[in-house]
Amino acid sequence: MTDAPLLSVRNLRVTFPTRQGLFQAVRGINFDLGRERLGVVGESGSGKSMTGRSVLGLIRPPGRVEADRMEFQGQSILNLPERRMRKIRGQRISMVMQDPKFSLNPVMTVGRQITEAYRLHRRVSRADAHAKALEMLRAVQIRDPERVMDSYPHEVSGGMGQRIMIAMMLAPDPEILIADEPTSALDVSVRNEVLSIMDNLVRDRGMGLIFISHDLNMVAQFCDRVLIMYAGRIVETLPARELHKARHPYTQGLLASLPRLDAPQDRLPVLTRQDSWRDGDPIAPHADTDLPGGLR
Amino acid sequence: MASDTTAAAGGTSPGNGRPDPSARTALRRRRARGIAGTALSLALTLLGLLLVTFIIGRVMPIDPVLKVVGDRATQAQYDAAYQAMGLDKPLAIQFLNYIGDVVTGDFGRSISTGQLVWDDIRRVFPATFELATLGTLIGVLAGVPLGVIAAARRGGIVDQVARVVALVGYSMPIFWLGLMGLLIFYGILGWVGGPGRQGIIYDGMVPSVTGMILVDSALARDWAAFRDAFSHIILPASLLGYYSLAYISRMTRSFMLEQLSAEYVTTARVKGLSERAVIWGHAFRNISIPLVTVIALSFGSLLEGSVLTEIIFSWPGLGQYITRSLLSGDMNAVLGGTVVVGVCFVVLNLFSDILYRVLDPRAK
Amino acid sequence: MTNTMTRREWLLSDAPQTRRQARLGAFYQGWLTFRANKLAMLGLIILILLLGMAAFAPLLAPKSPFAQDLASRLQPPSAEHWLGTDALGRDILSRLIHGSRITLFIVGTVALIAPVIGLFIGTVAGFAGGWVDQVLMRITDIFLAFPKLILALAFVAALGPSIGNAVLALALTAWPPYARLARAETLTIRNADFIAAARLQGAGRARLLFRHIWPLCVSSLIVRVALDMAGIILSAAGLGFLGLGAQPPMPEWGAMISDGRTYILDFWWVAAMPGLAIFTVSMAFNLLGDGLRDVLDPKGGAK
Ligand SMILES: Nc1ncnc2c1ncn2[C@@H]1O[C@H](COP(=O)(O)OP(=O)(O)OP(=O)(O)O)[C@@H](O)[C@H]1O
Ligand SMILES: [Mg+2]
Repeated sequence: MTDAPLLSVRNLRVTFPTRQGLFQAVRGINFDLGRERLGVVGESGSGKSMTGRSVLGLIRPPGRVEADRMEFQGQSILNLPERRMRKIRGQRISMVMQDPKFSLNPVMTVGRQITEAYRLHRRVSRADAHAKALEMLRAVQIRDPERVMDSYPHEVSGGMGQRIMIAMMLAPDPEILIADEPTSALDVSVRNEVLSIMDNLVRDRGMGLIFISHDLNMVAQFCDRVLIMYAGRIVETLPARELHKARHPYTQGLLASLPRLDAPQDRLPVLTRQDSWRDGDPIAPHADTDLPGGLR
Repeated sequence: MASDTTAAAGGTSPGNGRPDPSARTALRRRRARGIAGTALSLALTLLGLLLVTFIIGRVMPIDPVLKVVGDRATQAQYDAAYQAMGLDKPLAIQFLNYIGDVVTGDFGRSISTGQLVWDDIRRVFPATFELATLGTLIGVLAGVPLGVIAAARRGGIVDQVARVVALVGYSMPIFWLGLMGLLIFYGILGWVGGPGRQGIIYDGMVPSVTGMILVDSALARDWAAFRDAFSHIILPASLLGYYSLAYISRMTRSFMLEQLSAEYVTTARVKGLSERAVIWGHAFRNISIPLVTVIALSFGSLLEGSVLTEIIFSWPGLGQYITRSLLSGDMNAVLGGTVVVGVCFVVLNLFSDILYRVLDPRAK
Repeated sequence: MTNTMTRREWLLSDAPQTRRQARLGAFYQGWLTFRANKLAMLGLIILILLLGMAAFAPLLAPKSPFAQDLASRLQPPSAEHWLGTDALGRDILSRLIHGSRITLFIVGTVALIAPVIGLFIGTVAGFAGGWVDQVLMRITDIFLAFPKLILALAFVAALGPSIGNAVLALALTAWPPYARLARAETLTIRNADFIAAARLQGAGRARLLFRHIWPLCVSSLIVRVALDMAGIILSAAGLGFLGLGAQPPMPEWGAMISDGRTYILDFWWVAAMPGLAIFTVSMAFNLLGDGLRDVLDPKGGAK
């Protein structure tokens, strides 16, 4: 493939009508996604999930999605009719959600949930789908896939559930995977395991990954590039390696409020938010900034 | 233990107002309870039911002895009857005797029919059962899809219609609606048979096997009788069905809304499933389990709600039997009927509980 | 500054100066939400009209509700008798107007007695805990498991048919849901800090219960009562219809339907009119209840 981005988004806005008037959850953001791992970081309510969901056309009325451009491999996917969007969902762009406890159907066997997705997009026989599901379960390193196929979601652990979710979403071989805080509901001990499984699969298949997280450290380790969101906008874009060079006071604040073993502090500093962050221009790598605020 | 309940907590009877929102809590609670716990709690409920009917039988101002021996009995006759009925024993003993009697199906003799109450009930119950079953069937077949669609298109036309249907259902006196139905569909339009279960010419023509005329006439392949019975049952059954529909559609809608906001529904959409598959294949599958309980509840409340309907339609069922006995002060019959309806409630609860356990993978 | 404030601004102020202002402000907010709900307003208006009708029944009714006129029995609606006459030649409209008093009396008393019984049992159970809770809730469950209408029938049958006994029977079958609700509320409040604070100040159990816990349970109970009113009206009418409530010649609406039943095919208005009255009133209560729920219990209203 060429360098043309898999996904290209310009001036994306997501709006919800509320009692107090229109609420803009996402306020005009731009980004491109190649065959890379793109991290999206920001505090709770900054619009990360809404960004991910709008790409999949999952914002349901009365919520509204507008953009100057939202293209997937050169084809516009902005507000596509349901029927056409369904061809893209799952098959070409897929999503792993936060908590396997809630995102798997509690009264359907794991096997059925995996094969259902696969059979929908590849018209294959039941037996083939079954075989594929087993293969996927093995790929996410589940040891006795036969047993897991017949079990219900409440019978598997959280880490296993999330691996099942990954297997299910990757079975139809999508080109983009959106992972919305895929490990935040998991035990710390299994986080890395799940992450590395996902990482390997994504890398092997040459997929684009949008990785949404609160955890700047994790994103820095795991992604190629990082978007920092604040109040529905992207305030800064950085290569993950250069996170320490962040200019925006908000990013700096996020970085500094992480505890560090190599530079212990008595008290972690508290972020003071500035109104000017809400509407300032996003900061590209290496640009100078004179935004006020940050750590106090 | 203190907080469990039989699902009747959520019941509503036609003409008796809207469903109790605690039904859902009751549903949740039961998931946490073992089958032994359920059985125990139902047994206690039954015991309580008997205690209440026993007390009602005691406080009654009518003298049961006089009812048996008549006004002109001598004092000696009166005393003999008094002792024969065990009324000289302590209340606790009397209660135990009462339980013993009920367990063996001995509700005493009805004063108005002169028959054993148990035999009377056996005779009238199938009519009520047939009516309530058909009513529930109508309520389920119309109410479930209505509730599902109302939830799926929240705020849409179907939702509005469902809302009005339920509102009217919760506000309309069932006996009045029944009268108006008779007036319009029988009196004016002549589309249906009038009061009663059968036209006069068919009365007693079909051999009684189950006591349910639709079934009996179908078994006997007497289609003319079947058609006649159908034309008589359809109006009262639709009436009960309407109330059942109001309740079932509201509950279905609210269960469905709860499910549609769940994350697994988003998962299903992410997979690229069609909306229909998401709704029926995923969300509905989750509500079908609690719906079983709602349907059982609705059936129970129709058994009860048949009291007023049966009066209107001169339907020779349990409701009519209880009311008639009541008006003639025939307490044995009233209490016998009450106990039977109560037992039906308890059995329905037990039944839906067991079904819940069988259907819900999480209950194992 | 304060003198330029309109009353509306004062009510909606973000920073109330006094507790009274805060309370009135909250009330006003609720009223605004309620008023925006047109159907709920309709319900409220109907009920206010009903109250007026009951209060001024003797003035409003064109005829006496009891005056028989056998010469003009079973007359269809006309200028003389707007809603027609019944089998004894009594003016149906006048009977309906007077009957509103009976309906309001029954509903009012049941709606007063049942929640109070429920509140008492529920809060005591929730507050005391332990075996008291177990026993009380067991009793509640038994009553809940009962077929309500049939239980009410059995009660009235035992006590003898009369309007007072009908009220009693309805109240005796209506309290369990309130007890459950009150218990649930109590359990959530019981361990709140302000209860602990009140306890430290030396408030006795009874004082805690009546001064601190009861007031907090009341708003959810009110919603429940408003929603249940329609059911109570229908049950009361049902008892009246069966001849177990108000006795003739009282113009009770359910009993009036029962009177008209015999003539339904030829003189439909005799039964139709009181039924419409019952329907209108119980629908008004349902609409009002829905509106109140949206105001007082937004969580439940979202559903
Ligand atoms: N249906 C809705 N109606 C109104 N506002 C909404 C709706 N859905 C989301 N929002 C708002 O949109 C904003 C962004 O939400 P979003 O879920 O994208 O945040 P997030 O960055 O993913 O946060 P978190 O890290 O907590 O998941 C939030 O402030 C939320 O309140
Ligand atoms: Mg999120």
